[in-house]
Amino acid sequence: MGVYWAIAVRSFRRFSTYRIATLSGAFTNTVFGFIFCGVYLTLWHTSPGLGGYDVSDALTFVWLQQGLLAPIGIFGATTTVELGERVRTGEVAVDLYRPTHLMIWWLSVDAGRAWFQLLTRGGAPLLVGALVFDLNFPTSAAQWLAVAVALAFGILVSFGVRYLVALSGFWITDSRGLESLAMVLSLFFSGTILPLVVFPGWIGEVARATPWAATLQVPIDVWLGRNPGGVRSGLLFQLFWIVVLFLAGRLVTVLATRKVVIAGG
Amino acid sequence: MMWVRSSLAYPASFLLMLVSQALITGTDFIAVLLMFSHLKSFGGFSLAEMALLYGTASMTLGLADLATGSVERIGQRIRGGELDVWLIRPVPAFLQAVTDNFALRRLGRPLQALLVMAIALGNLPINWTVPKVLLLAISLISGSIIFAAIFVLGAAFQFISIDSAELANSFTYGGQQLTQYPLSIFGKNIVRAVTFVVPLAFVNYYPVLYLLDKPAPLGLPAWIGLLAPVVAVVMIALAALAWRGGLRRYRSTGS
Repeated sequence: MGVYWAIAVRSFRRFSTYRIATLSGAFTNTVFGFIFCGVYLTLWHTSPGLGGYDVSDALTFVWLQQGLLAPIGIFGATTTVELGERVRTGEVAVDLYRPTHLMIWWLSVDAGRAWFQLLTRGGAPLLVGALVFDLNFPTSAAQWLAVAVALAFGILVSFGVRYLVALSGFWITDSRGLESLAMVLSLFFSGTILPLVVFPGWIGEVARATPWAATLQVPIDVWLGRNPGGVRSGLLFQLFWIVVLFLAGRLVTVLATRKVVIAGG
Repeated sequence: MMWVRSSLAYPASFLLMLVSQALITGTDFIAVLLMFSHLKSFGGFSLAEMALLYGTASMTLGLADLATGSVERIGQRIRGGELDVWLIRPVPAFLQAVTDNFALRRLGRPLQALLVMAIALGNLPINWTVPKVLLLAISLISGSIIFAAIFVLGAAFQFISIDSAELANSFTYGGQQLTQYPLSIFGKNIVRAVTFVVPLAFVNYYPVLYLLDKPAPLGLPAWIGLLAPVVAVVMIALAALAWRGGLRRYRSTGS
């Protein structure tokens, strides 16, 4: 257990050295936040109460979303891109003969990264947004706790998907095509381009059932207190996808380990 | 050329990347479509007019990204020391920077933009006159140039601050995100800022207003869209100055 903790701590420190990159990332998130606020203000003024959100819900959604893009890894976070690269180049062999589980090793790296980015890139845009607009915040300690759990679950679901995508490289040699396809799905179904509550009819129902909905939309709805079936069902939905994805991840790891041939030299 | 061949080495993966590139960049338009399932007009623009705005914004950014997007990797090249190698080759460093890791998959964005634009133009009752046709063609070129200049300005800034690659994103990708909507919805201050400070309004907004015979905001004359090429020339000059300044300021990290 200690070794995984140590990896997470070092991953946190590693990301904390990229100060200017973090700052310019947070700046970009803030600029996009203002753009989306302009768009959503128009949208929600034209049809008030759209998707069960009021105007301040919609604006809060924007700032939470911009803050969470990087920590949750909607665009595919560094760690998993790195793992994909290591599978492609064969360096993954080094990871495999370490006396640790491949999946938990990378999960620890991802957890350290996510924690750092949550503190910096999550906090900064939300702070700016809260200064300019009237945003909603959780009102009780229980709700804050639920938000923390939902965020952790969201990162785990996202990791589960990205891990599978990275390991696909064991079978299709160049996983980058699949990586970008995974990015499309994640952009579309996580609520990044538009809150999923606004998706009409069956598209909305499909979108809200995908694992990507569990990464971004569900945690934000927990924050807003707007989960369609209540907070508990939102968290259970996330937990369901965590179990499915981690079992799949475990299976794929075993298959990949059996397949890999390490040529010594 | 080498980069083009290397990306075509795995045709299936390349095709998948091209398609997903078109899809990734197209999701913004799908968002607009989804919005219009709830409303009839957005900031005074109909769906077809929004599609024209989106198509021109995405097309110009796509072309700029294809031509100069690689330049944003300059920070990595400075840190890795490759820039020193570029400087002693008998080809301008700028050319090497824009062709570095030239990514053909970036064709995905202009391709989907072209499709959206074609559908938009087919559904709009525009009174086509010679100046309007010329304006559309020229504004696509000048808009691409404005975005390209912003890419280069962002790269030049990396000579000062090496890790700031993402900063330029707020003006390039953010600029596309902004210009795909009628700018007037963002309020007068934003319109002023993108007219006089970072001239993103000239990329497509003012030219499209002229095409659609809509009045310009802030009491500006309707023909302001015709100034787009002038703005593009000014932006090139600024970008060239900044790039040269950056190169002159560059001191190798040594090893």
